[in-house]
This record gives sequence, C-alpha cells and structure tokens, in this order.
Amino acid sequence: MSWMLGLDLTAYWATTTIKVLVVLSLIPAGAIILGYVFLLKMMSWMQSRMGPMEAGPRGSLQLVADGVKFMQKEDIFPARADRFVFAAAPIVVLMSTFLLYIVIPAGPRLIVEDLDTGIFFALAVSSLSVLGILMAGWSSANKYSLIGALRAAGQLIAYELPLVLAVVGVVVQAGTMSLQGIVHAQADGEIFGTGLIGNPYILTQFVGFVVFLAAAQAELTQTPFDMPVAESELVAGYMTEYTGFRFLFFFMGEFGTAFAFSAIGATLFLGGWYVPGVEGTLADILGPFVLGAKIMSIAFLIFWIRFSYPRFREDQLQAFAWKYLIPISLVNIMVTGILKVVL
Amino acid sequence: MSDFLRSYLSVLIFGAAAVGMVGMMLGMGSLLRPTRPQAQKYIAYESGVDPVGTGWSQSQVRYYIFALLFVMFDVEAVFIFPWAVRLEAFGVFGLVEMIIFIVILALGLVYAWRKGVLRWA
Repeated sequence: MSWMLGLDLTAYWATTTIKVLVVLSLIPAGAIILGYVFLLKMMSWMQSRMGPMEAGPRGSLQLVADGVKFMQKEDIFPARADRFVFAAAPIVVLMSTFLLYIVIPAGPRLIVEDLDTGIFFALAVSSLSVLGILMAGWSSANKYSLIGALRAAGQLIAYELPLVLAVVGVVVQAGTMSLQGIVHAQADGEIFGTGLIGNPYILTQFVGFVVFLAAAQAELTQTPFDMPVAESELVAGYMTEYTGFRFLFFFMGEFGTAFAFSAIGATLFLGGWYVPGVEGTLADILGPFVLGAKIMSIAFLIFWIRFSYPRFREDQLQAFAWKYLIPISLVNIMVTGILKVVL
Repeated sequence: MSDFLRSYLSVLIFGAAAVGMVGMMLGMGSLLRPTRPQAQKYIAYESGVDPVGTGWSQSQVRYYIFALLFVMFDVEAVFIFPWAVRLEAFGVFGLVEMIIFIVILALGLVYAWRKGVLRWA
C-alpha cells in the first residue's frame, strides 16, 4: 500500500500515532489548565475567596481528583431515554473538539495537518458540536434537557455567523485560509512602516477581533451567553441526565474547545507561534510556549467577561447577534476588501 | 493517493481516535464503577418531584425564522471565503461584485428587521 500513499508507510504511521497521542493528552491537559487557573482560582480571587486548597499544592490537583471521582460514578441511562443517541451524543461533542486541534500550528513544523482549508475546516468542525448537544437534549427524555438543547441550538447558529464573518477579514488580509499561512503572513507583514514585529492582525483587524471574541464567548456558552446550561433555571441544561464519565466528556468538550478557540484566536489575531527573529528548529522549540502564553491571555479575556457580566435574556441574545455583530462584521469585510485592493 | 486525500486521512484517523478514547475510558470506568440498579434511579430528573407527562413536551420554537435567516447568511459565508482568498487576483472587479452581493443580502436582513422578525414578541 505504500506506493498508494507515495511515502514511507512506517514513518507515516509513526508520526501519525505520535500526533494522535499528543492531541489526546493535550485536550484533558488544556481542559485542566483552563479549569484550574481560571474557573477555580481566578474566579475565587475575584470573589475574595481561596478556592480549592486541599488536593495537591494550592489545590492544583482538584480537577484530577474530580476526574477520579467521576470514574467511580454509576453509569445511568434514564428509563425512557433513546439509548443509542444518548450514548452517541458525548462522542459527537468530543469528536468536534478533537478535530479542531488538527489545523492549529504550534511551530513551523508542529502541526498535525496543514490543510489548505485550515480555518474554514476549523469553523465547520466546531459547529458539529451543536448536533451532539441537540442529540443529548432530545434523547434524554427530560424537559430541562430539551429546553436547554433548543436554546443551545438557537444560540449557536446565531453566533456561528459573526464568528465566520469575523474571520473573513483575516482571510482577506492574509490571502490564505491555511492557519500556518496566516501565521507566516503576519510574520512577513509590515505595520507603521516597520516589519520589526510583523503585522499581528489584532492591529489592523481590531473590529474583527472584538466580534470574534464575542462570538466565541457565545459558541463556548460562557456566562453572558449561558442560557443553554443556566443552572438556576435548567439544572444543567442538556447535560442534566448524564452521570459519571459521560458528563465528564461534555466538560472536557467545553473546556477543550475553549482551549482550541483561544488557540485559533491567538493564531488569527496575535501572530500565533511566531517570535520576531527566531526561525527553524528554535522556533519549533519556542513556538508552543509563545502560543501557550497567547492562549492564556485570550482565555483570560474570555473568563474575565464570564465572571463579570450577568446572563443575557433570550431576545437580547438574538438581537445582539443579528442587529449588531452581523452588520458590523459585514461592514468590516467590505472595508477590509476596499483597503486591500486600494492599498 | 494524492496529497489532498492523504491530509484528510489524518482527519479520519483523528475522528476514529476520539471514538477510541471514549470507548477506552468508558471500558476503564466499567471496571471501577458500581452497579446497583434501583427503579427510582432511572426516572427523569425534574428537581426531585415525579415527572409530569412525557419528556418530549411540546415547546414553543421561536427560532425557525432565525434558522431561515441563518441558512441565507451561511451560504453567503461559503461564497465569501473563496473570494477572500483570491481577492488580490480579482482586484477592483471582484471587489465591486462582492460588495453588490453583500449589499443585496444585507437588504434581506434589513427587510426582516423592518418586518419585525427580529423582535421577540
């Protein structure tokens, strides 16, 4: 079969296995880091309390302990649930998270697969999770789950559009959809008459960045947009009937996607792994750390907003998407296009 | 196999790996977790009281107009992406064409807005 693939088959499977294992460990690791640093600790400090302190140094192993606890929980399928769909729903959500990581570059060579459709693929795959959420809500045979799932579907499709349209500005500027290409376009760019720091698109696409951040917040169902899982109204929304590991999959999906979206935001608007003046192998070594720092700053913004604002009402939520974000991003595309052609 | 297909082979492998991971974790869990079936555990959760009616109660779906609008703009987005990549080659011609396209679709949004579709009443 190696002639069909046109390359050394052993090497292909070796690298692919390594990539799969790296991403497999990256998703729980990313979820635990974001969960610990922001959800547990930062929120506690903002509310003048300590947060978890017992498990591990300063409570750093709290989420690992939670994971072990989930492992020992009984696996419950509600009597009236559609068993097959009920079991498949968390897999669909987790798969959408998993596929997101394929196109995110962490260095000149540190990327699973540099697809030409890069960012388009990422946006398409991320919207798969809506399907999993609807499946979970419908199959649970529970009113809370169903209402939560319908709210989630309405919200996710409304904010899908600003998310996609905000990215178009970056694609126009870079002239490519490949995320690796977008990083290089920013690295080679010039702004204020100097190419010293390249051209991070947050400077020229600031409107796009703000729209992207707002839409990402809604896609991740973080607090101002947390109608679908509103604890005070719907218990846990579409996750109400899930126990143990199956619940954990939704949690991992949520925070793993938050990590991936922060990485995509960092790549599109903050220059990704690029460090001025560093090339070749050194960039491969430094890249993940630089990208990691940028991921944490974007995630900080997302969680800062999460802890600061009260929940939107359903009509405010739809109006915000349709009356503000979508028109703004359409104007942003036209202005970017005009400037690209004229300049 | 072309490079194009091979790059999407990774996508397939990653999808399978996600399913594999879920299966592995659930398998691991089944060795550790207890099973003590009791009929009450399998009743749908409605804040502690016995559920009323079926779980699939009819609920008002106000989203269907939004869904129609969504389809319109999502198709627009699909057309915009290839244009955005090749804008440099198309120049002023491509720019004017796309602005006309965006304006026509934006008119649709304005129409829906004026008709009161975006109000939540």
